[in-house]
Amino acid sequence: MDFSIFLIQCLNALQYGLLLFLVASGLTLIFGIMGVINLAHGSFYMIGAYMAYALAPIVGATLGGGFFATLAVGVVLAVLLGYVLEWAFFSFLYEREHLQQVLMTYGLILVFEELRSLLAGDEVHGVAPPDFLAGTLALGDVMTYPVYRLFISGVCLALALGMYFVFTRTRLGMMIRAGSTNREMVQSLGIDIKFLYRVVFAAGLGVAVLAGMVAAPVSSVYPNMGDSVLIICFVIVVIGGIGSIRGALLAALLIGFVDTFGKVFLPQAAGVLVYVLMALILLWKPDGLFKAG
Amino acid sequence: MTQTKSRLHLIAAAAIFCASAASAQTQPKLKVGLMLPYTGTYASLGTAIENGFKQFVTEQGGKLGGREIEFVKVDDASDPSKATDNVNKLIKRDNVDVLIGSVHSGVAMAMAKVAKDTGTLMIVPNAGAGAITGAMCAPNVFRSSFSMWQSGYAMGDVMAKKGIKKVVTITWKYAAGDESVGGFKEAFEKGGGQVVKELNLPFPNVEFQALLTEIAATKPDAVYTFFAGGGAVKFVKDYAGTGLKKSIPLYGAGFLTDGTLEAQGADADGLLTTLHYADALNTPRDNAFRLAYAKAYKLQPDVYAVQGYDAAQMLGVGLAAVKGDTTKKAEFAAALHKAKIDSPRGAFTISKFNNPVQDIYLRQVSGKENKLVSIASKALTDPGRGCKL
Repeated sequence: MDFSIFLIQCLNALQYGLLLFLVASGLTLIFGIMGVINLAHGSFYMIGAYMAYALAPIVGATLGGGFFATLAVGVVLAVLLGYVLEWAFFSFLYEREHLQQVLMTYGLILVFEELRSLLAGDEVHGVAPPDFLAGTLALGDVMTYPVYRLFISGVCLALALGMYFVFTRTRLGMMIRAGSTNREMVQSLGIDIKFLYRVVFAAGLGVAVLAGMVAAPVSSVYPNMGDSVLIICFVIVVIGGIGSIRGALLAALLIGFVDTFGKVFLPQAAGVLVYVLMALILLWKPDGLFKAG
Repeated sequence: MTQTKSRLHLIAAAAIFCASAASAQTQPKLKVGLMLPYTGTYASLGTAIENGFKQFVTEQGGKLGGREIEFVKVDDASDPSKATDNVNKLIKRDNVDVLIGSVHSGVAMAMAKVAKDTGTLMIVPNAGAGAITGAMCAPNVFRSSFSMWQSGYAMGDVMAKKGIKKVVTITWKYAAGDESVGGFKEAFEKGGGQVVKELNLPFPNVEFQALLTEIAATKPDAVYTFFAGGGAVKFVKDYAGTGLKKSIPLYGAGFLTDGTLEAQGADADGLLTTLHYADALNTPRDNAFRLAYAKAYKLQPDVYAVQGYDAAQMLGVGLAAVKGDTTKKAEFAAALHKAKIDSPRGAFTISKFNNPVQDIYLRQVSGKENKLVSIASKALTDPGRGCKL
């Protein structure tokens, strides 16, 4: 492998890792801070992708269109959905066993998939990237690199920085971190922990939907698309340390590199390398790379 | 409480007795078990197959081989782990005379195993796994669709004849992908070409970027691929997105561009693929079929509808030969091996391994259609490796 190809593969790995982070960060928020195993997280990603497909014409007709307007409408809808879901379902799960959480969130997967089938059908759909990001950059003499992929990486980086800032530098972040450590104590200090959790859940869902919407032009939109990202997201959350944004970012990048170079150098083992990595890291650090708290 | 319950049982038993007595008086209907996906990713394929099947039955006045048809439907949800249970229900509980199914190869293989063990007549209207008419073949299990090997082999032949020398293949690492690439390689290397690299990724992974970079580094003359559904859409878009489409031509088995063109858009334009059906065949037979189908179901027919239609035709031919008596399996099979099925795709015969011997078309994507270019392989027969019929 010559050096320029190596650099392109690094770029691929980086971009894949950042995209994984975008989906996994919402999961680590919900799983790490609220202690709920949310199997329906992949469905939120799928909902995002279908929103990118279905909302664009509606937003175009009512608000005059625009890629960022569609994203904004999608995220607002997602946050509303998250708020309602938390109130209707997840708020009952905090004190329950993990098995009950798994059962309910698995049920939600089935409900969301069936709704998707009824509302949007079972066909595969494509989503076009916005015109101003549709170009490509030349890489070497044969390959080009779509500008939209760079844009995805940019969005992921911005979001990672934003989340890190909110968590470590703001009062809201402090309350959330305190709430994950000791729920009762935070409550007795006069902070409305229920409301706080509702906000965190809505934000986690918003991030997942944003990830789905941003990824849709690259991934295309198809049934059961959430299932494949769900498992890899749990791997990232576990490797990175439950609840740690920093850990999730590092773990996502690690997986991006292992998966990309695994496919090139060890194609027969590409399917298991990621899980071998997880096993090794858990042997070395049973709590993951960075445990929150 | 117990009294009401036992009385209910009595009534139910009486009702069942009456019902069976009533049906015994008329000529028994032929029970056709449709085991197809009605939910999940392949739901639209299952519906198309059923529509096609019923269209032929309707054309025959609701009767095949002199017997009226009664359908028993099971949703297999493309789940191989439930397939054996589902097919056993159809055979033992519903007493079906014929099994039709399915789309997913894993499900169809589980069905074929049970059909072979119980001797139930079965026609596969899609699943292309080689084993169904190969290592696992049975005298009572037929296929109205294709084997993965067929479209791959035809494309290998086409590309070798175009003078292409070095090819990289890329597919999912599972039975269908392996068989498609295997068929391709067999014909391509026989024609003097060379497969310089076989790239794989685990099913249903769709992160192609690393492997596309490998293709760019290898710089082959062309690429052969098998992908289907969502993976096919993403692969075609990524292939164009990385700029490879301009420098290294992409060829594939027809599934790459079937039912996916709407989503692939302009990125699929000009792609060459091989399959046993094409848009705009423009034969009177196909035009009549398409018109009737569109009228009946308010949908455009696709290759799956054709396969369902032909499954019904094959059943009709076999039943006519045995006058509706499904226990005469040897005569049923003998009639099919002699028959010429007048399919919308073009007439085909049935090989001794029970797979269609059919023309494979070379098609090119243009304006959201797979337009017929030429016949890639005339009357191509699957070698049925491992079959001892």
